[in-house]
Amino acid sequence: MFAAVHAPSGADPARLVECASDFSPYVEEAAPATVTISIDGLAHLFGSAREIAEAIARHAEELGLAVHVAVAPNPDLAVHGALGFPGVSVMEPGNTACLPVEILEPPPGIADTLALWGIRTFGDFAALPADGVAGRLGPLGAHLQKLARGEGSRPLVPSNPAPRFQESLELEYPVTLIEPLSFVLGRLTGALCARLESHGLATHELRLALTLEGSDSFARTLRLPYPMRDARVFLKLMTLDIEQHPPPAPVTAVTLTAEPVNPRVVQHGLFIPLAPEPQKLELTLARIAKLVGEENVGCPQRIDTHRPRAFRMRRFGMKKSGDIPGWQRKTWMLPRTQGCPPDFSLRVFRPAIRAQVLALKGWPLEIFARGVRGRVLDAAGPWRTSGDWWREDAWSRDEWDVALSDGALYLLYRDRRDGQWFVEGAYD
Amino acid sequence: MQSSAALRAGIESALGGRLAAHLRWRDRSAPERVPIGIAELDGLAGGLPRGSITEIHGLASSGRTSLVAAILAAAAGREEICAYVDSSDVFDPASAEAAGVDLARLLWIRCGGNPEHALKAADLLIQNGGFGLVVLDLGDISTQIARRIPLASWFRLRRSIENTPTVMVLLERNHTVKSCAALAIEMRRERVIWSGAPACSRLLRGARLNAVLPDARISRKSVASERTAFDVSAVR
Repeated sequence: MFAAVHAPSGADPARLVECASDFSPYVEEAAPATVTISIDGLAHLFGSAREIAEAIARHAEELGLAVHVAVAPNPDLAVHGALGFPGVSVMEPGNTACLPVEILEPPPGIADTLALWGIRTFGDFAALPADGVAGRLGPLGAHLQKLARGEGSRPLVPSNPAPRFQESLELEYPVTLIEPLSFVLGRLTGALCARLESHGLATHELRLALTLEGSDSFARTLRLPYPMRDARVFLKLMTLDIEQHPPPAPVTAVTLTAEPVNPRVVQHGLFIPLAPEPQKLELTLARIAKLVGEENVGCPQRIDTHRPRAFRMRRFGMKKSGDIPGWQRKTWMLPRTQGCPPDFSLRVFRPAIRAQVLALKGWPLEIFARGVRGRVLDAAGPWRTSGDWWREDAWSRDEWDVALSDGALYLLYRDRRDGQWFVEGAYD
Repeated sequence: MQSSAALRAGIESALGGRLAAHLRWRDRSAPERVPIGIAELDGLAGGLPRGSITEIHGLASSGRTSLVAAILAAAAGREEICAYVDSSDVFDPASAEAAGVDLARLLWIRCGGNPEHALKAADLLIQNGGFGLVVLDLGDISTQIARRIPLASWFRLRRSIENTPTVMVLLERNHTVKSCAALAIEMRRERVIWSGAPACSRLLRGARLNAVLPDARISRKSVASERTAFDVSAVR
């Protein structure tokens, strides 16, 4: 048996589904503002089909929904009953004779033909000979006639909404310290991970929403480089994050939401190179970030610009060999031992050290700067570079490689916009 | 005077086999070594030992950073994950990439001139495990500050890295780690290679570097001093 619940005033579909879900897990969203559920097995709880329908109507009323409920042996008949009859009704195949054919929602061609034939109700349509209807209106017409006769035989197609992984807890008294809050978080992460595990899922994003005293709210988002499902790791990461970004007021409620994704599947092998365990590494990076600052931990990435020494820091994530294009791999896998000398590396001073330079016709002779002082023994340059002239941070400089009397080799440059000299780094 | 061997035999016989561990040195197998990436140095040192600290020290412009870049490039060739703990924020991604370092597999930690943070970060990375190479760059830390780092910190690092497949490279100005380093390489610059006429078409071509091994502790040889020379090229 099936029951259809229709809200004629157009209720919120989510609330209608929620109302129907209280009776059965098999809920189908059949039409706008209409849901169908399977009521098999509910007789033990509520009694007859009518009593079940009445219980559904009562529950909907408690939820503030005005609904029509129809119970029928097949889903289509139940839907037609709910759409056509007000209140609670128990449908049988012959009961729908008085309903208008518009409820069947025939396509325009068939609707026009039925209007020409003077067919107004389900009863009129059902009385026509089936062979004649099939011959004149085609398979769709024959199907609609079956529905008009209440002979639908399709199975229920329950909709499975994506599960929501959210855990909340309202606290009896405001929490001001991180330690008691970590106990609350531990409970929520444990429950959340258990639910994720039961669905065979993991998460790559955790959203923590704290309700603060005075109705303020405070939110933190924890993005993980890999899908994880370890409650202890989540708890430690969140505790470290809150220690770095503490909420401005006592906490009265905690809500933790996880974005579900498929878990990470890794094929282990004997010849796969050494790599840190991702979950452990995430914790280590969080600890180091707490020590030196989040912006100082990551992976350097060159920026596609001619600006000297330009780079950005991005989140560290171990790339698989397959992720790196072949032409790039070839570059760094070039054997350096086959007669190719290594490059002279630069140690960059950040920020560049402002210098006083004694120069003759633009040629540096002596340099005085913090930590760098000496006579220029040899110099090569200038190499002129400039760029981004349309931006405020444009650069225009003359670069020099200089060997100083202090024994070191420096990269020196003169900013052509203001004539200032800077020591940018030392070759080492 | 009774010899130590006779004394040990006496104690062992007195204990009568009640102790499973005898009073003997624990036999240590020679550590696995990985190539440095410079043929001359590989020939001299035989590679970098895994599970040990390797110290590279020298003055400014002596080629320490170029050597570390070559080591990072060799680790990239082995597809290992590397970490660079930069105490003074001096690492240059452009130079490293030109040297063959795979930046996508390099974790860079900038400590803003705080050697204490650098030591803690290096310790955390070694405790984490899984890194093929961890570089701790204290090259721009003054000698006075470097000497203030307690020896216990180095012993702790040495103990942490033991029995792991990680290579730890320490870049310094002076030889401060002492006996905690399994291999010490001193870098010296022999000469700078220029081309062209002075004040006209001068160009920095590179430098001739010397690598000196004060001794080789891993192999338990008392080698007085071994050295090799190699060139580095400057790219403009």
